[in-house]
Amino acid sequence: MEVSYYPGCTLKTNGKNFEVTTLKLLEKLDVDVKELEEWYCCGVTFSQSEENLIQKVAPIRTLVKAKEAGRKKLLVLCAMCYNTLKRAVKFIKDNPDKRDVIHDFMDRESTKYFGDEVEIIDLLSLLKLIGREKIREVVGDKRLNLKVAGYYGCMLLRPRDIAIDSETNPTLLEEMLENFGLSPVYFPFRVECCGSYQILNNSDFVRKQTRLIVSSAIENGADFIVTLCPLCFYNLDEVQKEIAEEDSAFKTIPVMYISQLLSIAAGISPEINDFNLHSIDPRPVLREKGLL
Amino acid sequence: MEPKVSIKLPAKDAARVERFAEITGVNVFACYQCGNCSASCPATEFMDVPPHQVMRYLQLEMFDEIVKANTCWICAACITCTAKCPRGIDIAKAMEGLRQIFLEEQEFARYNIFDIKKKVLEKLPQIALVGNFRKNIL
Repeated sequence: MEVSYYPGCTLKTNGKNFEVTTLKLLEKLDVDVKELEEWYCCGVTFSQSEENLIQKVAPIRTLVKAKEAGRKKLLVLCAMCYNTLKRAVKFIKDNPDKRDVIHDFMDRESTKYFGDEVEIIDLLSLLKLIGREKIREVVGDKRLNLKVAGYYGCMLLRPRDIAIDSETNPTLLEEMLENFGLSPVYFPFRVECCGSYQILNNSDFVRKQTRLIVSSAIENGADFIVTLCPLCFYNLDEVQKEIAEEDSAFKTIPVMYISQLLSIAAGISPEINDFNLHSIDPRPVLREKGLL
Repeated sequence: MEPKVSIKLPAKDAARVERFAEITGVNVFACYQCGNCSASCPATEFMDVPPHQVMRYLQLEMFDEIVKANTCWICAACITCTAKCPRGIDIAKAMEGLRQIFLEEQEFARYNIFDIKKKVLEKLPQIALVGNFRKNIL
């Protein structure tokens, strides 16, 4: 299988661990991943206003590059990028008149993008496509004795028309953890919002959410929380540390990108991770479980 | 016979009503005030006016009340309200429409980059910054 790959800005900096481990993992699963030679910031949040077309230009520009790259699938790891790109594509597909306006505006591009040419795919759906057999072939039958709370966040599940799974009761993440020999933990806050960019305006809101999500995962017996979004990662990881510094009774749990654990399960050395990017160090728990 | 109780509603806000319909296309009259949006919203407790009441103000075309409230600025666009609405109303889209109308009207930028502490920027993912600017700057 071959896919083009759109990293987005955060995966090249603070979210580096997500990229590095995913690429290694996919290499092991025989997926040919090629990063787009030219790509742009997706704009992070999709403007839900019908006439705010300028915010849809950047994602379409990237899709033009993906179309020119010639591969049928575009892998997008960051959940925010996935949401923005996928919705922008759906928007121009459903609104041909607005698509024409956007095309007229993009005078540097010789290729036009209409909405169907490249399929945007997230990591979980790609792993599902790779299939259980292939994953089993790489991972084997061993189980890691790790209880993992899979945190979906919002951007992969809402709105319904771009969702990778059920909006309110998804199972895809847990299924993948299971396939890689990890034990998924279902916890009630797995599809709740972490507070997103409100960390900059209203950090109390994010703190409240982090407290709820983290405590719920711990109460349900998890060793780790895994996420697919660099912003969820920050809000759960860094904010968790801040809460712990103020409240000594608050229990913490390490947060990782899902690919960080899946790659360990697939026998890839954890040394490829930069653990300095974690505020709650996952190494003690990894050592305790004999994985480091 | 003279009515014993009279309710006085403010003058209709025709320009904003039209602008709202134009940019969102949301039919606010589908709302029957069940409150599912406010119950599922993770940020209701930080809002002066919960989402279902904003929907009620929209039905009554009382935009001045909505401007006074912080609701649409507290909203993190997580779309839970839309997912939970039994009437299929895109409440998240309504919030986006309100943000855009108010930014157009008064303050094109509600946010100043210099307000962010330097220490925060060290670890903060760029998507938090860009996302926040996109929602608070026209």
